Amino acid sequence: MGGTKYKIQEEELIRSDIAEYLLRLLTCGSVDDGKSTLIGRLLYDSHMIYEDQLEKVAKDSKIFGTTDDGFDPALLTDGLKAEREQGITIDVAYRYFSTDKRKFIIADCPGHEQYTRNMATGASNCNLAVILIDARYGVISQTRRHSFICSLLGIRHVVVAVNKMDLVDWSEERYEQIMRDYNSFVSRLNFSDIHFIPMSALRGDNVVEHSERLAWYDGPTFLHHLESVNISTDRNLIDMRLPVQYVLRPNLDFRGFSGTLASGVMRVGDEVASLPSRRESRVKAIYGPDGELTEAFSPMAITVTLEDEIDVSRGNMLVPVKNMPHVGNEFEAMVVWMHEEPARSGKRYLVKHSCSMVPGVMSAIRYKVDVNTMKRDKSDKEKGQEAESLELNEIGRCHITLHRPIAFDPYDRNRATGSFIIVDRESNVTIGAGMIVDRIVSKPRHKRAPVSQNIVRSDSLVSADERHSLLGQSGVTIWMTGLSASGKSTIARELEKELMAQGHLCYILDGDNVRHGLNRDLGFSMDDRKENIRRIAEVASLMNAAGVIVITSFISPYRLDRQSARDVIGDESFIEVFVDTPIEVCEQRDPKGLYRKARSGEIQQFTGISDAYEAPQNPEITLPTQELAPDEAVKRIVSDLKSRNVIR
Amino acid sequence: MDGYNLSHLKQLEAESIHIIREVAAEFDNPVMLYSVGKDSSVMLHLAHQAFAPARIPFPLMHVDTQWKFREMYRFRQLMAEKYQVDIKVWINPDGDGKVSPFSHGSEMHTQIMKTDGLKQALDHYGFDAAFGGARRDEEKSRAKERVYSFRNEFHQWDPKNQRPELWNLYNAKVNKGESIRVFPLSNWTELDIWLYLLREDIPIVPLYFAAEREVVERDGTLIMVDDERMPLREGEVPMRKKVRFRTLGCYPLTGAIESNAGTIEEIVQEMLLTTTSERQGRVIDADNSSMEDKKKDGYF
Repeated sequence: MGGTKYKIQEEELIRSDIAEYLLRLLTCGSVDDGKSTLIGRLLYDSHMIYEDQLEKVAKDSKIFGTTDDGFDPALLTDGLKAEREQGITIDVAYRYFSTDKRKFIIADCPGHEQYTRNMATGASNCNLAVILIDARYGVISQTRRHSFICSLLGIRHVVVAVNKMDLVDWSEERYEQIMRDYNSFVSRLNFSDIHFIPMSALRGDNVVEHSERLAWYDGPTFLHHLESVNISTDRNLIDMRLPVQYVLRPNLDFRGFSGTLASGVMRVGDEVASLPSRRESRVKAIYGPDGELTEAFSPMAITVTLEDEIDVSRGNMLVPVKNMPHVGNEFEAMVVWMHEEPARSGKRYLVKHSCSMVPGVMSAIRYKVDVNTMKRDKSDKEKGQEAESLELNEIGRCHITLHRPIAFDPYDRNRATGSFIIVDRESNVTIGAGMIVDRIVSKPRHKRAPVSQNIVRSDSLVSADERHSLLGQSGVTIWMTGLSASGKSTIARELEKELMAQGHLCYILDGDNVRHGLNRDLGFSMDDRKENIRRIAEVASLMNAAGVIVITSFISPYRLDRQSARDVIGDESFIEVFVDTPIEVCEQRDPKGLYRKARSGEIQQFTGISDAYEAPQNPEITLPTQELAPDEAVKRIVSDLKSRNVIR
Repeated sequence: MDGYNLSHLKQLEAESIHIIREVAAEFDNPVMLYSVGKDSSVMLHLAHQAFAPARIPFPLMHVDTQWKFREMYRFRQLMAEKYQVDIKVWINPDGDGKVSPFSHGSEMHTQIMKTDGLKQALDHYGFDAAFGGARRDEEKSRAKERVYSFRNEFHQWDPKNQRPELWNLYNAKVNKGESIRVFPLSNWTELDIWLYLLREDIPIVPLYFAAEREVVERDGTLIMVDDERMPLREGEVPMRKKVRFRTLGCYPLTGAIESNAGTIEEIVQEMLLTTTSERQGRVIDADNSSMEDKKKDGYF
């Protein structure tokens, strides 16, 4: 069996250096979901198991085996003696296998005790999570817990393995019920794609080979999906960040700053600043492991030299002058606690963030999150006060104050510069892990402290209902998002015309116009782009309050930015319209020749080509423009507005 | 994201370089354990890449059992010159010239010359971090090993008391006497190692390539008669066979495989058709105590 490895073509593999792409995935499920069985089956059916290992399993199956037919794939993976004897997996184990398409690193996570700690550890380096569901029991609280932790740790791709289909008579109905149940709770999580696969890991159905018993399922098998899922948009190639790890001084003429590019692209000649000092210089040369480069990108390990002799040392960060992260000694973060000794508010710890170890204080534990419901823990809320402590495996939102400033980004945007670990000052043990929260997005509008203490919101004597009956409409914002040339502006203009024709007051808020006036002080740095969206959202919100229907048409490629607009405008008034046009079609239209320029490299960081477009997960309206003419698209929006009682 | 994709070997390379730089920056007195094998060759090459154009800022150390293949000793010297590094050699004085796999058995020999020798050497030099070339895919008990593996002041590894390891944020804090074993090749597989050796044109001991060598078949394993110290059993006649080695250790404890693979390409081709795992040629794994127990005791 080991003699015919899965479809491997030798020569291709030798050249695989160029073609192959690494996928790091996490498997989560409880002891009985068949997680070890699934991984064992994957290794076995893809012929990654050698004969001597198999012989050992045959021998072990007699001692530890849990199956009646003699072969237990789980025994291929359960490593340590103690856990094999107890039939549980007690720690994160890493497995490696490859096919002719991809190399895989599996972080195999126990669903047993210490689940949160272990799952967070496993998830921290993964792009994709496999959530196992026992088809007999469906979505249980553990499924929710696992999904929440994966989302919190920044995993965007999910495969829901609906396992043990053999025990529910291969029922399509049961499978669809589970799909519905899962989709209904997962919408509030931050996943970009979710894929369901019915299977029986023990019997091998739909793991590597298609199953005849599940003939009603026409999607890919588990392995095929893993081989083809696209994760390239996960990486942040926009915000260049080089945390300095090591300073090289082989001789007086060479002073190099070594580090791993956390995100983004660095080019020779780039204007960079060293944080936190903000001293500026230009990149003189970049050296990679294979020699000198003109540009380098994440996650390359490089050494750079600068034009000027500025003071840079380990723990500093080189960033573009025009796109800087936050610099400060205070931030808020979601913290996973990993030790029996609970976290206490007011206690001093060491914080390791990127290449610095800095002393700091857990200045407050704002609230705990109930990992089963994904909601703020009610007990604190009722008491109206902050939590005192965070126990092992609990997750809380914490405020942390460091003894000196660091440069950081929100975790949602940048895993490498938004993450940190907490180390106990006495035992030296790693006791917590944190993900920095975006400070602008995190606070709801009405709670955000105004700059001046003397500002009070004044309430009008006119109610929204009165305005509604006067104008025959409610003020809402129709937020169109989609690729360049997807048809957003065309539809927006047609929609405006149609609404006006029906007697409704509406207004298109145009991105360029706003930048000429209100936002003319803003550039295109991360902070500026965020502020641009915030101001547009605030203006839209005011116009909505006046009863005007606002139509916006921006590419708005990032989910986080659209969410922040939704937060400002309010969920009830925000109608996200996804103008869903495939990139090939947009590129063919290319009315302004932008795609051509982006392809030739003339324009950099162009959405869809060299920069990510994060499609909405649950837009209020989706317009597949390949099937819909603009006037049909307009009709669809108008009828949606009527069903929402926005217009009559 | 056209053009900004890093091949998986280059990703592994970057990850390993990151780890090596972290250790050099955060520990007072690190050392790279050098076994002369192919994984050590990759690790040494990566250390060179991490600090070029400067020299590697820490010493290497070979814990020598005195029973390595002769070609390995020659190769060790060559590498010290090529990379201009200090390779310290440690031989357990308690066993120096006295302990052999033949007189004491494989288990005792390994315990004294390798495990005890390593602990002595780490104590002697006061190293607080030691790089090892172990990979997680080698053996089941290694699948849960951390990149930074914590050892108490007695060099003991406690599987239940390892620090959580998230992202690429490694915790280098240790008290005096405690140390960390660092495994920068954790995420590499045997195939990755070979493909990388090929891609980077890294020198390895010629024993990895098939050649006519003098071997005897003993307990189902082909053992090379590397020098006159090897006592032949009754009826054993050394024969010339075309063989190569998949791993290198003490020659009396390392089984050869019959092969015609004279280049890395041919080795990779053979590997893809192979039916046994890499450690299968190691006499030592067939000993009674499992790798897990050996590790707890301080063996790599």
